[in-house]
Amino acid sequence: MAIVFEKTKGLTDKPFHYCPGCTHGIIHRLIAEVMCEMDVLDNTVGVSSVGCTYNNYEYFSCDMVQASHGRAPAVATGLKRCLPDRMVFTYQGDGDLASIGTAEIVHAAARGEKITTFFVNNAVYGMTSGQMAPTTLLGQVTTTSPLGRDAETRGYPINVSEMLSTLQGAVYIERVCLTDYKNIQAAKKAIAKAFRVQQQGLGFSMVEFLSTCPTNWGKEPVEAMEWLKENMIPQYPLGVFKGKDLEV
Amino acid sequence: MAKRVLMKGNEVIAEAAIRAGCRHYFGYPITPQTEVMHYMAKEMVKHGGTFVQAESEVSAINMVYGAASAGERVLTSSSSPGISLKQEGISYIAGAELPAVVVNIVRAGPGLGGILPAQGDYFQATKGGGHGDYRNLVIAPASVQELYELTVKAFDLADQYRMLVMILGDGTLGQMMEPVTFKEKEDTHEIAKPWATNGMHGRAKHNTITSIYIDPDDLERKNRELQDKYALVQKNEVMFETSNIEDAEIVFTAYSTCSRICKNVIRQAAELGIKVGMVRPITLWPFPSEEISRVADMPSVKAFLDIELNAGQMVEDVRLAVNGKKPVHFFGRMGGNLPTQKEILDQLVKIHKGEM
Repeated sequence: MAIVFEKTKGLTDKPFHYCPGCTHGIIHRLIAEVMCEMDVLDNTVGVSSVGCTYNNYEYFSCDMVQASHGRAPAVATGLKRCLPDRMVFTYQGDGDLASIGTAEIVHAAARGEKITTFFVNNAVYGMTSGQMAPTTLLGQVTTTSPLGRDAETRGYPINVSEMLSTLQGAVYIERVCLTDYKNIQAAKKAIAKAFRVQQQGLGFSMVEFLSTCPTNWGKEPVEAMEWLKENMIPQYPLGVFKGKDLEV
Repeated sequence: MAKRVLMKGNEVIAEAAIRAGCRHYFGYPITPQTEVMHYMAKEMVKHGGTFVQAESEVSAINMVYGAASAGERVLTSSSSPGISLKQEGISYIAGAELPAVVVNIVRAGPGLGGILPAQGDYFQATKGGGHGDYRNLVIAPASVQELYELTVKAFDLADQYRMLVMILGDGTLGQMMEPVTFKEKEDTHEIAKPWATNGMHGRAKHNTITSIYIDPDDLERKNRELQDKYALVQKNEVMFETSNIEDAEIVFTAYSTCSRICKNVIRQAAELGIKVGMVRPITLWPFPSEEISRVADMPSVKAFLDIELNAGQMVEDVRLAVNGKKPVHFFGRMGGNLPTQKEILDQLVKIHKGEM
């Protein structure tokens, strides 16, 4: 009988531990599918970071390195400089990348490191139970902004893609979401483009994924997806911030 | 032909690393080790290697983590405040069992302290400056020639035990120029690293480098494996040098720069009729406890005098090794000052007369 659908070989058989309604699983599958379609699974080293995806080295079936909090771009720099013909990617959340790891991501991008960063922005710290992240929206209630994030005492959200796109070493930066089939397909295209930018040695590439965290947002999965559309996209507009006209 | 040249200690460290096959250097500027970095910036490119000036010591040590994961020989160097910043990465390197060489050209602390030589990082280097139960193999050369030979050896030890080897120098050693004889060919052995995450390239199973074990039994098992490895290092890799031990009445314990001052004092003391010897630890971890214990058992030995550029750090390990068998005295200078030969001789005379 003909096989009409099978799980991508880019993922192992280990079941995901992610909460219902979380989009990490979709992002993992898209990255894994792209690695297989580009035939680079055998030639890729990924870097896991700290947060809900600390152990995604158990899910991706390529070589993987687990990095300390925020330092994945530095670890990836060390890997890529030693292995210039391999694909190297980091997978980082917003606490990891936009808070403790700002120095590492800014300088990796500024150096034009030929790595790809997958940045998952769900506006909250997931694993440590819903604290305010640098990406938390104004007014958003978290365990460390129980009255809602106020700019006066807690500052403003950081738009990472816009910020990094000002750097000369950053070649391709796009923000996507995963709210429906169309957007998921667009996200997959962005992943493939980011990998091609790296493959062609053009410089630093990053895809930012707006993601849901129903558990820490205190919402049902469907409700969380609606909340993302209504609240996150106005603060974090989708689109290509760097490399729009880049043909790769 | 072996080549004899006059070189600065810091430059010799960099040259030794290149000779040992290290082709990747990641660092951040800090006095008094910056010449390591300058040399690497200039020379690495000639050897087809990597030089990256990182945005911080934190990033530099994580680049080391990445390069070591790729299975490559890798070096970073810094001085005390910078080494404090690297401690997070050093703990992860220990947990992930990665081979790497880290140089600390120690300066005076605490805090920003000063840029002059000190040995105030002995505790940090030997007792684990980062979190968790781990050890670094710590080597303390005493001359520029030793900086060369022991840096080359450090890369072999790092690979052999999959652990971090620290070269612990100080501002004196790093900045000093001395003649050094380079071998024509290095006696160094790069070994296969089937565990490296360098792309599967047909390998059946994907490799993972990690230091996290959520299950307590898994983590305890991992810790026991690490401790077994450290026990092996303690058994096999202790290095020390003894001088004038036979018939010594008083025995110095001193490492690196201090041991050189003490060697001169041994001669001066002999002129005064005081028989003095020395045990110089070359590895600070593993510590030459057995040798010090053996010396403490010698009937001729009446006392130990430990000399350091700190408030008394290695002396704790000396006391543990002597274990109360003989008195252990201490004299140290701090802030970047070195003890004079006269200051040390005065201590010896007092001990000899039974005044302390």
